[in-house]
Amino acid sequence: MKDVLSWALDLATQKGASYVDARVVDDRSRSLATKNGKVGHASDAESLGIGIRVIADGAWGFAAADDLSRRGVEAAAARAFAIAKASAQVKRENIKLAPERRVTADWTTPFQIDPFTISIEQNLDLLLKIDAELRSVAGVTLAETSMNFRREEQWFASSEGSSIHQTKYSTGTGYAAYAFASTEIMKRSYPNSFGGQWQNKGYELIAELKLLENARRVGEEAVALHKADQCPEGVNTIVLDSSQLGLQIHESVGHPIELDRVLGMEANFAGTSFLTLDKLRNLRYGSDLVNVVADARQEHGPGLGTFGFDDEGVPAQCTPIITNGQFMGYLSSRETAHTIGESRSGGTLRAEGWNRLPMIRMTNISILPGENPLTLDQLISDTSDGIYMETNKSWSIDDKRYNFQFGCEIGWEIKNGKRTRMLKNPSYSGITTEFWNSMDAICSRDQWTLWGTPNCGKGQPQQIMGTGHGAAPARFRKIKVGSAYKGA
Amino acid sequence: MLTREQASDIFDRLKKYSTADEVEVYFYGGHSALTRFANNVIHQNVAEQNYGVSVRTAFGGRTARASTNKLDDESLKRVVAASESLAKVQRPDSDLLPVPTTQERDAANLYKTNAPSRHFAETAAITPEDRAAGVKKIVDAADRHKLTTAGIFSSSESVEGIFNSRGLADWHTQTSAEISITMLAEDSSGWQKANSPDVRNLDPVVLADVAVRKATESASPREVSTGKYTVVLEPAAVLDIVGFMFWDFGGQALLDERSFLNNRVGGQLFGENINIHDEAAHRLQSGAPFDGEGMRRQRVPLVEKGIVKSVVYARGTAAKMKKSELASKAGPIAPTGHGFLLPNEMGEMPVNIVFGEPANPQSVDQMIASTDRGVLVTRLWYIREVDPYEKILTGMTRDGTFLIENGRLAGGLRNFRFNESLIHMLSNVDAMGVPVRASGEESFDMVVPAMKVRDFNFTEVTKF
Repeated sequence: MKDVLSWALDLATQKGASYVDARVVDDRSRSLATKNGKVGHASDAESLGIGIRVIADGAWGFAAADDLSRRGVEAAAARAFAIAKASAQVKRENIKLAPERRVTADWTTPFQIDPFTISIEQNLDLLLKIDAELRSVAGVTLAETSMNFRREEQWFASSEGSSIHQTKYSTGTGYAAYAFASTEIMKRSYPNSFGGQWQNKGYELIAELKLLENARRVGEEAVALHKADQCPEGVNTIVLDSSQLGLQIHESVGHPIELDRVLGMEANFAGTSFLTLDKLRNLRYGSDLVNVVADARQEHGPGLGTFGFDDEGVPAQCTPIITNGQFMGYLSSRETAHTIGESRSGGTLRAEGWNRLPMIRMTNISILPGENPLTLDQLISDTSDGIYMETNKSWSIDDKRYNFQFGCEIGWEIKNGKRTRMLKNPSYSGITTEFWNSMDAICSRDQWTLWGTPNCGKGQPQQIMGTGHGAAPARFRKIKVGSAYKGA
Repeated sequence: MLTREQASDIFDRLKKYSTADEVEVYFYGGHSALTRFANNVIHQNVAEQNYGVSVRTAFGGRTARASTNKLDDESLKRVVAASESLAKVQRPDSDLLPVPTTQERDAANLYKTNAPSRHFAETAAITPEDRAAGVKKIVDAADRHKLTTAGIFSSSESVEGIFNSRGLADWHTQTSAEISITMLAEDSSGWQKANSPDVRNLDPVVLADVAVRKATESASPREVSTGKYTVVLEPAAVLDIVGFMFWDFGGQALLDERSFLNNRVGGQLFGENINIHDEAAHRLQSGAPFDGEGMRRQRVPLVEKGIVKSVVYARGTAAKMKKSELASKAGPIAPTGHGFLLPNEMGEMPVNIVFGEPANPQSVDQMIASTDRGVLVTRLWYIREVDPYEKILTGMTRDGTFLIENGRLAGGLRNFRFNESLIHMLSNVDAMGVPVRASGEESFDMVVPAMKVRDFNFTEVTKF
């Protein structure tokens, strides 16, 4: 692929580009799903192409093509150059990139078992067993399971001399049981909703999740929700499970710290951010217990935001975002780092594939666990009155990432340190900084899970990206509960 | 552009490489470009070319799909082999139908109206310089009013085609252009968006002027208390919220009992002034006139006078529904040309939604004039489903929310969160406009009217 990349770099440089980078990506994926005892779909997909990013006359141009012949690549490079010239017709300042060391590297996601080597029969057999277990529960009206694998091999080169070969693997799996009766559709999911758990690792994830072992409980809970009481409306203490807290981090920390949003570059679609530049190191984001990092490094774990290098050749890094409750950092790129006084990019520029422009994306945005040993059971024992909520059902937040409302699949009332009656339709709402400042307990490392969010949408044309979110169960005080059904 | 003749040649090769009982190939791709601006400059500017094939093979009730954008012979052989190896290991599904013939497709095509051409040379010929010139006009409007603007100007030319081993073949080419504009002031914003197959229908200056007016007139927004308000929803706001119910207007959703229409087809669900149908050939619609199996999209009456009349069906779903105990509660059952590519779990969905024109259409200005106290909503954002059967949705207002007092706009408002049932909302529509082609961010484009709705439920207010 080095020849292909050099055709792009050489052509654009000869035309007068001041900077060029190119990525060839060979993407392979497999998707399997079952529904009510049958295979829902079984599909493979592959996609190969090149994306070329150019600065000319101080402005950006990007072109992508599926034709990797010399003629096709040079035509795409010429197109990127022409587009950059057109961009320069509506500019104020020249693009400036933060300096980055030239690098030659090869990096692959650590994995034990290549998921594409596991037979399709074995995968479908497991999914159909789970499906049968879910439907063995009387009252389950719909059972869905899925398994997804991806292998993304990328060759990157830049006119500054970097050359990086990177191969990333990801695995995702999960299932859901639905129970329709009377005027309600109830749902329980495992290990998480909206596709389950996803990580950058191999097939070993499937065995780790104890999928079959949890299926009957999940089906039973879906049916039991029909007899549960409605979550009461009011102000209460809530305890969130780690998967729900992971999504809470995604929406109310991960997005507002994206520097492109802060700078107005996403104002037309994804929105802006309440975290204006004056708030850096000058805002109490949360309580003293809130410590959040953006960590793309391998040592953080196999998150969907773990990699060796981002898509402009910057090595993976760990950036403190919230330290002891204080807001400390943004997600940045080579183009934006200077706006926060940084001399180097935070290494967060990623693209969905060869045909998309890399943009600032969450890496693994994780809350650090509590330092003192604390299990979920101990946290509930320590709570006299509250509601424990588990597994996301709905999520919504405004375009500055301030006012949010989340619904969960299931809840339980906590009375005098005991988990008591089941509650259906639990929801909570609030204002981002008020919410994080109300956190007064978080469980310890043994309760911490690095969750994957495979479906984060951003950009125009929209790109879907996987992000990681480590979290442990945590407790929040004086939270508005139940407003999703207020007035209904 | 990939031509039908080139696709036919590729299909012949794929068929030759396959040992399956049946082969169906879906072709997709084209070229597209998008110029993106923010802070009154072009900050991202992209173009893409990509074509691919998606091959479905079937062996006696077993089927699977594999896709690739590599169109050389070796890759085509590999994609056929991948599809076959996925299909062969499955248990036979007695519900899987053979691929349709041309005769079956034509016999099911009761709605003979052809869609107008959706390919325009003027759109296909747009250059980066043309888009930059359009953006410059938008930036000039922002500069004149000391505003900051962000948005896009995009264009594309695309193909879709389907060929199967029983002789059915169809092909569709289309162009599309889109402009979306946000104008940002110190404490307010305004937004407009439009798209069309024909770029000559888009005027960046007109769109920019409306966005400017919304941003400037909503400055210094007030906070008013939450509660139930009469709202005037502009077409984009209607589009984004009603779009959440059309996944449920499919036969498979009924069979799966995941639709809010279960036990409700044939009943009065909405107000008598609500009429909705699906019509791919409608002059304001876009997209291919055939579905994922090549069946022609039919005109389907979904809601008439507030009564849910029918849902849409893929071939296989219609056959399953006819055998189901739910059949008597599912309305008319026949393939309507709305199936997704097989195999899939979702079945089908109407994607060319057209709301009926009301007897006495009112303009947004007339709706405002007849409102003592209410809220004008330009756009909704981050809508998600709270309750799937009562169809309670939550979301935020955005980019132009105004208080209406005594029949006039009385300034901007801080944005609200709503928690509102679609059933409730479409039962409380007091007035509607002439349906227009609208474009939002939460749902696909539709032909929808502006609506005046009473008792719309705002439950929270945000800080801006």
